[in-house]
Amino acid sequence: MTFLPEALHLATYPLEGSFQKVDGNEVLRAIGRDSLTAEGFLALLSPAASPHLEAMASRARDLTMRHFGRTVSLFTPLYLSNHCANHCRYCGFAARNTIPRTQLNLEEVRAEGEAIAATGLKQILLLTGEAPHKAGVDYLEACVAVLRPLFPSIAIEVFPMETEDYARLVRAGVDGLTVFQETYDPELYAQLHPAGPKRDFVFRLNTPQRGAEAGMRIVNIGALLGLSDWRREIFATGLHAAWLQRQYPGVDIAVSLPRMRPHAGDFEPACVVSDRDLVQAMTALRIFLPRLSVTISTRETPRFRDNILPLGVTRMSAGVSTAVGGHAKPAETGQFEISDGRSVAEVCQVLRARGYQPVFKDWEPLEASA
Amino acid sequence: MEQTDTFELGGRALTSRLFTGTGKYGDDGLIPAVCEASGSQVITVALRRVDLDKGADNVMRHIPGHMTLLPNTSGARTADEAVRIARLARAMGCGNWIKIEVISDNRYLLPDGYETVRATEILAREGFVVLPYMNPDLYVARSLANAGAAAIMPLGAPIGTNRGLRTEEMIRILIEEMSLPIIVDAGIGTPSQACQAMEMGAHACLVNTAIATAADPIGMARAFGQAVQAGRRAYLAGLGSVAALARASSPLTGFLDQEEGGI
Amino acid sequence: MRVIVNGREMMLDGGLSLRDLIASVHADPAVVVAELNRNIVPSSAFSETMLQDGDRVELLSFVGGG
Repeated sequence: MTFLPEALHLATYPLEGSFQKVDGNEVLRAIGRDSLTAEGFLALLSPAASPHLEAMASRARDLTMRHFGRTVSLFTPLYLSNHCANHCRYCGFAARNTIPRTQLNLEEVRAEGEAIAATGLKQILLLTGEAPHKAGVDYLEACVAVLRPLFPSIAIEVFPMETEDYARLVRAGVDGLTVFQETYDPELYAQLHPAGPKRDFVFRLNTPQRGAEAGMRIVNIGALLGLSDWRREIFATGLHAAWLQRQYPGVDIAVSLPRMRPHAGDFEPACVVSDRDLVQAMTALRIFLPRLSVTISTRETPRFRDNILPLGVTRMSAGVSTAVGGHAKPAETGQFEISDGRSVAEVCQVLRARGYQPVFKDWEPLEASA
Repeated sequence: MEQTDTFELGGRALTSRLFTGTGKYGDDGLIPAVCEASGSQVITVALRRVDLDKGADNVMRHIPGHMTLLPNTSGARTADEAVRIARLARAMGCGNWIKIEVISDNRYLLPDGYETVRATEILAREGFVVLPYMNPDLYVARSLANAGAAAIMPLGAPIGTNRGLRTEEMIRILIEEMSLPIIVDAGIGTPSQACQAMEMGAHACLVNTAIATAADPIGMARAFGQAVQAGRRAYLAGLGSVAALARASSPLTGFLDQEEGGI
Repeated sequence: MRVIVNGREMMLDGGLSLRDLIASVHADPAVVVAELNRNIVPSSAFSETMLQDGDRVELLSFVGGG
């Protein structure tokens, strides 16, 4: 069983009409319910919910507090390689962009790891493009072996793999998988990914499931906001997350809300997702799925990140460089421009000032017995 | 609304969501009137050895022909005994529904989850419509679903105690998480408790003791029928929100309306 | 012959069918289900099922229950 049938049904469903039909009373009912159906979630994403944003925020804060307390988990990305065979029209690392291509050797990986570890962070997210002949499973396994002594929690945001490959990386010490569908609209997906292995919509859609089956503890999904109507995309993302939670109750399902940022290349967002929209998306997700982890990246400004903290955020990146090798030495061209350049120490200080505890380590898996 | 709200179970389309029982009546002759007053369409019976001195007690002659018979496996202490009773019940030629009840602790009459799952697995494979009586435990519920149960019957409180929905939070979790129907069984002592279970989203309730032992069983049967209907209607109508109104000020989202400073 | 019926030892004449036994305990064959040596006997076969010395018979019927 996969999420595909539901995704395809959604893709052809005239959701715009459904969003327009919602009235304010439906929104208020949805805010007050103990558990929400997909219809209730849809109501919270509708234009009719906009006047009730404060009520949504209040409910989202209560639910977040109840399920996660005053804690925010911190991590930082470590870019290993920017080689990529894909042609994603919105990405700075796309194959056609003439940027310097590099890949860290294991010594450089160690140097990056040590620079990050010196900030106190214990959770990292390893990133590559999609060039498995250069940065494939063997390479990742070798990098994890180098980094494992420094970091109790290692997640990957690389390229979709088969379950057996994920299982290999889990055995090597990887416990998290991040993979964004980018868009849940198959037609738009085809336009945005004209060439390269990423063209395969279905294989990508089922990737979070393969990660969960392979034993990942955290599976983080998301749509790149700005590619199309955000209400549709968040609705699909929420239903995908709900499906994963139901199928894999032992896995922590997380959602990211990445808004498009300026990047190398000439792609312009199809729609602008305002701050208000993003708050509506995040609080709706929180009310629909109270125990969902929500990740906010440094794509967002410090002011915005600090303000949305209580509304449902549970994971944040900090001390970020989106360039390969950017932690140990000054940055080259990154994947996208970041907005929050604060150091780990600065972010921690802000969190504490707002009454939140920055969490560096949620757990440390016991070593597998020999 | 009533016409579309049918409860599909075991190939039947039920319009009543109140299941009744035939146990503990002072006079079994009340059963037809109880069925009529409650509107119930499903009724439980038990299987027992014929009393060799008294002859076969025939509860069947009191049960109206349109009722779906739900024999239980009461008396079974193990999965194998439950399977044996279920097969015998089916041999009576009154359908293939079975309520699995495996109890080896006679003090509290709580169901044995492990044995219940085993019996469910065997009987579902043999084509029974299996409705296991269970403690509302999420893991047991999942095992029962995987074993092929048609619905699950979590207890609201220990059998016969009339103590109401003591397991409310656990049943709420089952309703949230399970995709197969939830029929609250045991413990429901008053119509308001049955109504509450239905408001929560339970698919049906089974009530026996509270009806059979009421001063006026027929009146109580009618009250339960109406309570279950009212709870179901409330659930379908969508319960209103409690205090979800926005406050006058906007302490959480006010930043959206303010000027961005210095970024 | 000696037959155990519902756990009780009974001395019966030879050549008795299951149906005869059910009638002898004043039960209606239409509402009784029978097990002979742990095998279910369909009610249609009550008449032709002859009891043997040492058989164990269970006769059951539906009673009130929740």
